[in-house]
Amino acid sequence: MINLIWAAMIIIGIVYSIASGNIESLNTGILDSTKEAISLCITMLGIVSLWCGIMKIADKSGLMNKWTKLLSPVMKVLFPKLPADSKAYKYICTNIVANMIGLGWASTPPALKAMEELAKMNNNNIKASREMSIFLILNVSSLQLIPVSIIAYRAEYGATNPASIIIPGLIATSCSTLMAVLLCFLINKYSNKRTKRAAKNNDNNNDTNSMLKKNI
Amino acid sequence: MTAIAHASSYIIPLIILFIVIYGAVKKLDVYEVFIEGAFEGLEIVYKIVPTLVGLFLAVQILNDSGALDKATQLFSPLSSLINTPGCVIPVIITKLFSSGSATSLMLNIFSKYGPDSLEGLTSAIILSSTESLFYTVSVFLMAAKVKKSGCIIPFALISIFAGVIASIIIAGYIFAGYYFINISIASLNTFIS
Repeated sequence: MINLIWAAMIIIGIVYSIASGNIESLNTGILDSTKEAISLCITMLGIVSLWCGIMKIADKSGLMNKWTKLLSPVMKVLFPKLPADSKAYKYICTNIVANMIGLGWASTPPALKAMEELAKMNNNNIKASREMSIFLILNVSSLQLIPVSIIAYRAEYGATNPASIIIPGLIATSCSTLMAVLLCFLINKYSNKRTKRAAKNNDNNNDTNSMLKKNI
Repeated sequence: MTAIAHASSYIIPLIILFIVIYGAVKKLDVYEVFIEGAFEGLEIVYKIVPTLVGLFLAVQILNDSGALDKATQLFSPLSSLINTPGCVIPVIITKLFSSGSATSLMLNIFSKYGPDSLEGLTSAIILSSTESLFYTVSVFLMAAKVKKSGCIIPFALISIFAGVIASIIIAGYIFAGYYFINISIASLNTFIS
């Protein structure tokens, strides 16, 4: 899917710009984009390293277990099959906490580590596991409680009450997150059925195998 | 509101302070542990450099070619369908690909219509209710080396759409509220005079 989208973006963009005759701006744009990507990476290098370091302290001092425990009621509902003592579980909790208090940058390192751990648990399968799907959909739906940067922009442009966006924003975010949670339930239900069916098939196979063996 | 902006600048330093103190109290070699973690951070960024280059390339091409503008023009009749100003549609579509571009579109709307206008309110609430789909999905899946995303993209789109619809409805209500307050103040003024 992501391959398809990426290819479509590039093909549509280049073909369209050839057709509409503004290939020149595209030419400079292509080179600029790599520069921008690298400069973002350099910014990220500092900030992600910082938060990874801080996260490591929180992890080893046992602080991370505290907020993990705090979130465990929510996690039980969203990730019923994920063992609570796994590393992925802790990283997912850390990501959710960082997202909620608006530390966008601090939420990236635990998210990526969580994905790596989930990949290990999934035996590096090329298909996304259900935990990955749920985690990703939750992250896209935005968990941030206070949109600090948008409040700052509103203040900059002279809004009468810049922070008045907080409650409306909170309601809107809750709607998208609620929808995400509903869809996550669907994923959980569906993959439960699938695993049950797979288990049944296995049993049947085993039965027939044992029957064959007996016959032999 | 300056109080909130002020308070939010305390968050990061206080969190770092708290975690470091907690680590020190637990007799951890905080500096060594920090370095160890920071090194892992280095590896994470190193791994996502190619993803980001590919991502930026695609977004830039789509943006500079004018194809994204054209697409938003094509979709703008939809705005009457979901009952929102036409200039909000580009914000919604751009937000799927890049938060930065969507933010600059929002700032354009702010300077054109003002942050308290229906246009400004709607775009601000939409931006605060969703994340950039393309960025999140590609970076996360690349970290897990997953190729088949299954239901992730359609489901994420559905939840984004739910957020957008909610934003539009809420912005409408708030704007009506502002309008109501303005009218009542105006009528009060005429009454007094």
